[in-house]
Amino acid sequence: MATLAPAQPLAQTRPQLSSRIKSERRLGWLLSAPAVIALLAVTAYPIINAAYLSLFNYRLTSPGERSFIWFKNYQVILTDRLWWGDFGTTVLITVVTVTAELVLGFALAMMMKKAIVGRNFLRTAILVPYAVITVVSAYAWKYAFASDSGFINPLFGTAQDWFGARGSALFVICLSEIWKTTPFMALVLLAGLAQVPDELDQAAMVDGATLWQRLRRVTLPNMEGAIVVALLFRAIDGFRIFDNVFIMTAGAQGTETVSILAYRQTISRAQIGLGSALSVLLFASVALICFGFIKLFRIDPARVRGG
Amino acid sequence: MTSKRTRVEFVLASLVVIFFSLAPVVWIVSLSFKAGDDIDNKRFWPTHWSWDNYRTVFHTDLFTSALRNSIGIALIATVVAVVLATFAAYAIARLDFPAGKFVLTLVLVVSMFPAISIATPLFNLWRSIGLYDTWLGLIIPYLSLTLPICIWTLAAFFRQIPRQLEQAAAVDGATPWQAFRLVIAPLATPGMFTTAIIAFFIAWNDFVFGITLTSTNRARPVPAALAFFSGASQFQQPTAAISAAAVVVTIPVVVLVLIFQRRIVSGLTAGAVKG
Repeated sequence: MATLAPAQPLAQTRPQLSSRIKSERRLGWLLSAPAVIALLAVTAYPIINAAYLSLFNYRLTSPGERSFIWFKNYQVILTDRLWWGDFGTTVLITVVTVTAELVLGFALAMMMKKAIVGRNFLRTAILVPYAVITVVSAYAWKYAFASDSGFINPLFGTAQDWFGARGSALFVICLSEIWKTTPFMALVLLAGLAQVPDELDQAAMVDGATLWQRLRRVTLPNMEGAIVVALLFRAIDGFRIFDNVFIMTAGAQGTETVSILAYRQTISRAQIGLGSALSVLLFASVALICFGFIKLFRIDPARVRGG
Repeated sequence: MTSKRTRVEFVLASLVVIFFSLAPVVWIVSLSFKAGDDIDNKRFWPTHWSWDNYRTVFHTDLFTSALRNSIGIALIATVVAVVLATFAAYAIARLDFPAGKFVLTLVLVVSMFPAISIATPLFNLWRSIGLYDTWLGLIIPYLSLTLPICIWTLAAFFRQIPRQLEQAAAVDGATPWQAFRLVIAPLATPGMFTTAIIAFFIAWNDFVFGITLTSTNRARPVPAALAFFSGASQFQQPTAAISAAAVVVTIPVVVLVLIFQRRIVSGLTAGAVKG
């Protein structure tokens, strides 16, 4: 971190300050140790534990029959069409929602930036979905589309059983997900937009560039960092999707995602070995997405952040 | 530059955005006021407005105990996360601490962990050491959700405090620890408060841990409890009760976020665009 740059030359020239630097480093470790230990305890330990358990044939209902089977669980999963189907569904939901959120989020960010009147009101309204619990959002959308309580069918004169088929069920799941998470995207992109100097846009406008040209050649390249960070965090979040699917369909009609599958194997079926292997595979997928982003966009992991 | 036409277009677009932002919330509020069979009236608004569903949920043990659990667990998880994160963020942002980069990378990796990958091994572990279905059994994994964002947000807040303050304190003979405790920490209080709201909201929002690591009213938080609601009679859908319970847990948080919106937005996006 470059935060202490001004202090360092002083330290090298004055010996009495170097002891101060030493004590600062010691204090640094002392202060961050509790957080680091807590972070490792709540993530590294469980995932290592999962990796270990994934090598066993182990059911909670018959603990006596626990046996070491090497990578058999992974072989079972990776050769099963269920896994690849769920994996495909998860990728589909991620791609659809993140794309829609990027477009909508960017439009919202532009609106908030250009707003002459009512900017605060607009921001207030946009923050409402962010503040709603995901499970509540899922119920609100589910009940709106449901055949018994919903107003969507009568409103559009349709008689669709939205949760009776894969396509329409995924459509409602994606709607709820997009509604709930576009605000985050919009806010991060707005912060990115604020970094683009207005002079650049005005200069391009004087040169006769159209709105589209200015957007593509001036605005977007100058806020690439914010776009990549927003995309990365939303892609990872999208891939972990659980709440919306669980509430709306519980994975029925071919809407099951990887997280739901891992939940079902471990909790409902008490297949600890198989469920652990699924957890490890889910973690590996997310790590792969992250790694891909870092390689593709050359991000410095220590400099990005998200919510 | 702002012709009348673009102004009208802008106002129209804003109205569309505001409508879509609010409609689902208004809808669930409307549902919660539909009594009895009115719930299936297939229209947006109730035929008769009624408080019946609220009376029902507040007399349902499943909901009242879940509310108690959610408030207690989220509050404790928030306080622990903010305290631990304040120390770590100060070290990262203000001290000559080269390992801060490593800590930040670790924080980033943790924030990307799929909750279900943590929940399934903990399900097994908690059962064997007696933490399954307890408050502590949820508070610990909640740290994996709240600590990363707390550290990031607080580090951003600490960076905004003028560096001269610590230098002045050092000149006056204060140790780094005294400078932190007496000079910086009081100035960082607004930042800690904002971070606490964000952390509380994340813990409040959790569903994955709530549903995997609890099994009874002892520790089950509200989002998980909603999934276990049943109707007034066994032939009735729990739609109305769920809606009323959802409104009860949503409206206070929405109000809280809106009151502190300026700070929360800066907290959420701080550092997203700069280092």
